[in-house]
Amino acid sequence: MKKKALSLALCAAMAASLFVGCGNKGAEGSENVDTSGELTWRIGGIGPVTGGAAQYGQGVKNAIQLAVDEVNEAGGINGYNISFNFQDDEADPQKAVNAYNTLKDWGMQILEGTVTSGACAAVSNETYADRIFQITPSASSTTVTEGHDNTFQICFSDPNQGTVSADYIADNKLGTKIGVIYDSSDPYSSGVYQNFAAEAQAKGLEIVAAEAFTADSKTDFTTQLQKCKDKDADLLFLPFYYTEGSIVLTQADKMGYAPTMFGVDGFDGLLGVENFDVSLAEGVYLLTPFAADAEDEATKSFVSKYKEQFGDTPNQFAADAYDGIYILKEAIEAANLTPEASNEEICDALVAGIQNVDYNGLTGDNMTWNDLGEVSKAPKAVIIKDGGYVSAE
Amino acid sequence: MGFLTYLINGLSLGSVYAIIALGYTMVYGIAKMLNFAHGDVIMIGAYLVFMCTSNAGMPAIVSIVIAMGCCTILGMIIEKIAYAPLRKATNLAVLITAIGVSYFLQNMALLIFGSNPVSFTSVIPWEGLSFAGGQLKITGNALITIVVCLVIMVVLMWFVKNTKPGQAMRAVSEDRDAAVLMGINVNATISLTFAIGSGLAAIAGALLCSSYPSLTPYTGSMPGIKAFTAAVFGGIGSIPGALIGGLLLGIIEILAKAYISSQLADAIVFAVLIIVLLVKPTGILGKQIKEKV
Amino acid sequence: MKKINKLALFANKSNQRLFTTILVILVLYVLMTILDGTGNLSSLMKGLLVPVCAYSLVAVGLNLCVGYLGELSLGHAGFMCVGAFSSAFFSKAFVGIIPDVPRFILSLLIGTALAALFGFLIAIPVLRLSGDYLAIVTLAFGEIIKNVINVLYVGVDSQGLHFSMKDMMSLGMEPGGKIIINGAQGVTGTPRQSTFTISVVLLLLAIVITYNFVNSRTGRAVKAIRDNQIAAETVGLPITKYKLIAFTLSAAIAGVGGVLYAHNISSLTATTNTFGYNMSIMILVYVVLGGIGSFSGSIIAATILTLLPEMLRGLSNYRMLIYSVVLIMLMLFNWAPGILKWREAHGIKNFKSILKSKNTKEVQ
Repeated sequence: MKKKALSLALCAAMAASLFVGCGNKGAEGSENVDTSGELTWRIGGIGPVTGGAAQYGQGVKNAIQLAVDEVNEAGGINGYNISFNFQDDEADPQKAVNAYNTLKDWGMQILEGTVTSGACAAVSNETYADRIFQITPSASSTTVTEGHDNTFQICFSDPNQGTVSADYIADNKLGTKIGVIYDSSDPYSSGVYQNFAAEAQAKGLEIVAAEAFTADSKTDFTTQLQKCKDKDADLLFLPFYYTEGSIVLTQADKMGYAPTMFGVDGFDGLLGVENFDVSLAEGVYLLTPFAADAEDEATKSFVSKYKEQFGDTPNQFAADAYDGIYILKEAIEAANLTPEASNEEICDALVAGIQNVDYNGLTGDNMTWNDLGEVSKAPKAVIIKDGGYVSAE
Repeated sequence: MGFLTYLINGLSLGSVYAIIALGYTMVYGIAKMLNFAHGDVIMIGAYLVFMCTSNAGMPAIVSIVIAMGCCTILGMIIEKIAYAPLRKATNLAVLITAIGVSYFLQNMALLIFGSNPVSFTSVIPWEGLSFAGGQLKITGNALITIVVCLVIMVVLMWFVKNTKPGQAMRAVSEDRDAAVLMGINVNATISLTFAIGSGLAAIAGALLCSSYPSLTPYTGSMPGIKAFTAAVFGGIGSIPGALIGGLLLGIIEILAKAYISSQLADAIVFAVLIIVLLVKPTGILGKQIKEKV
Repeated sequence: MKKINKLALFANKSNQRLFTTILVILVLYVLMTILDGTGNLSSLMKGLLVPVCAYSLVAVGLNLCVGYLGELSLGHAGFMCVGAFSSAFFSKAFVGIIPDVPRFILSLLIGTALAALFGFLIAIPVLRLSGDYLAIVTLAFGEIIKNVINVLYVGVDSQGLHFSMKDMMSLGMEPGGKIIINGAQGVTGTPRQSTFTISVVLLLLAIVITYNFVNSRTGRAVKAIRDNQIAAETVGLPITKYKLIAFTLSAAIAGVGGVLYAHNISSLTATTNTFGYNMSIMILVYVVLGGIGSFSGSIIAATILTLLPEMLRGLSNYRMLIYSVVLIMLMLFNWAPGILKWREAHGIKNFKSILKSKNTKEVQ
């Protein structure tokens, strides 16, 4: 009984903090809650903005905000503005479901998220049951879309990336002896690796070393590199994120080991790492749909606006997320929807509608979607030259 | 040749663990608490060094001194605000507060420095040595890290043994109540311990990020846990124990990755740890305290 | 005579506390069900009901270990992990083969039994150690469990089960086979069967069992060992046996929490945050904040600390920062001797139970 007073006091404190939170909302700007009571599109976003994967979620959050502001300025979608609310999930499945429920309480109609695969698989199960349309900028695992007709990906799926990489390496004869380093504790990394290995076998590529690291030991890659070097691997396939990528490149350089490096879309952002010696990345291949220094108008305007507003260079996560809002816009306009429609109506209309969308964006031209939720866009293999991306073809 | 390379890499990794473990073990020896926030002080130290060298263009040595100063102050503030009020409470309560401080530092750094990783420029510009026609390479980072680690340990041991404050530390560690009776200012001694531990954290941060050059607000937490493991491995509370524990942990980790399985390396490291502790239940150099009836 | 009276009184008091706890939980349960039934419960709260119960269960389990056995375990997330993955494996493998209800009961039993088995096996070496050395070895076991599950691949096809510790390809599956545990991608699509009612029933069951345990002959022996092992040894108590029983029970309860967790989420992965040391430490935070040795305290703390970050969502970027500050302040408020004295002087006495738990053996 005596504990009750304690819990009451704490609950009061919590309620108080909640009010503080409400007070902050207006100033924060990220929660574009419409106060005038006007009808708006309520689009939610989920991703990690704290925790070890925060850099990926932060980019997505910023880019969606940017796109939403642009769309609203230009008159919204079908004449209705977008309200955008982004919630943190710390890349944890349970927290992602909590974030999703928070957004549901807010009245979310469409979800753009989540950022990481593990969390996304948990959330897509919820959106499927609730019939809320979901499009994820960067969760590439097939578990996200499998059995869920309402979930669509803007990024390439894991099988797609792994297979395309193996094909590209085989077709262009980039290497004969291949070493792989991957994160065995990460669904994305191990997913891409498995598909790569399967396709490499089919294409007759020889994988001489497949070395793993885990989230608990992702600073020291000297051993993995040494093993690949000892096996004379002349090409390293590196399916993981650029945070670790920058370490691998630095350590390989210190060892005097210079095979061809081949990264996937997680490597994008490498050149944006503050203070990174870009000469180390010279000659690195990566599969990315987006290049921050591309010359086309859309990319230039996106990058300059993003830099102006948030201070750093957007990565591919951000570009995918930015595209997401415009893809939604196109699909909604094609289906002629208004925010008055129920979530289920919106979901059904968009599921049908997005398969007819043919979208040209930052991350690819003529992007289309199949009924599995996978995007079809040409993965561009780029090579880093003089601190910038050059198309490898 | 491969084995030698792995061994050197292991020594280098182990030295970083050892320097961090020194911070854990000193605080544990004197304050009898596990300072889980130590890893995050390392992260703050690394960011400070980064800001001084890369943003302000200062020489590495000056940056490290500045970072050491700031971390020392930070360590003392943390101790005063979060740990000192709990001095007479159970050790578990301080442990949990330390976790709270760890969250606080991480999230503070996230707000200040942002979530994007920064690439840390090595504070050691030296390329290193090359033997047998480039077959065997010892990087400057590895060599300097090992040397610095040894120097710190020798200085610390000398300090604890031969100076007045050092003797006070030993007295407090041995029996706090008796130390008070002997006229030792326990609060000041504990503060000093935190100051030294946190100052070392700045060096550890600079060396850690020189070898593994990606710095994020979460950089410190994982090496922190590993170093804690190393400190227990060597016998927590013992300064040479931290060194031995750290080096062994580093070497085992690298060799397990190299010769057994890179997927299961973490599990192997912990399995070795368990076996060692079962054979020697107080760590390699830990003191066996007989229980009084 | 006097002594017996005292004992009886003690038993009564602890029974009273048990009944109060059960009553409060039941009232909350009814309240939540009514709110839910009338549509007044937000989705967030609804989604949190089962996780809160799951974390509470693990915290109760750990509290048995920390508060009564007097040993600090940093590996309870590992037992939760064993319970979660084994039960999810069973549920997914037998989906469509065994009907829902018996399958869930079986998977609950399997998860609990396996967690208990792991607890038992780990306890045999671990309990020879003490203090921080014991803590680090439990942490090590927890990390090993997590690491192994991350590289574990299990699939099933018409040939039976296939295991691999390397990758999916080396399973040698027939086309059309079903991958159940896919390494780091974990188990996806576990049938969602943890309901609030089941969770509350299991939580109440766990509380009744632990209360009875600590007040039973065995429990008293365990407490005697905690307070003075040498004295307990001299009166002829089989130390190892009692320690093993307490640790195994503690692991089993954590396993139940894992089963609930696994059947509430469709993407089960073993990461540092879900089943690694971060989670173990979080559970320890629940136990210490709620009061070492107080089961109801553990549940309250688990509830508050699970709800707190969700309640703070309005703070946006400052959320986790404020959370950490609140955590530090709560710890100081609950434990700092200076503040405790001040509170006593000002008549804020509602922390007696926490003061009392200070009398229990200090665990380092």
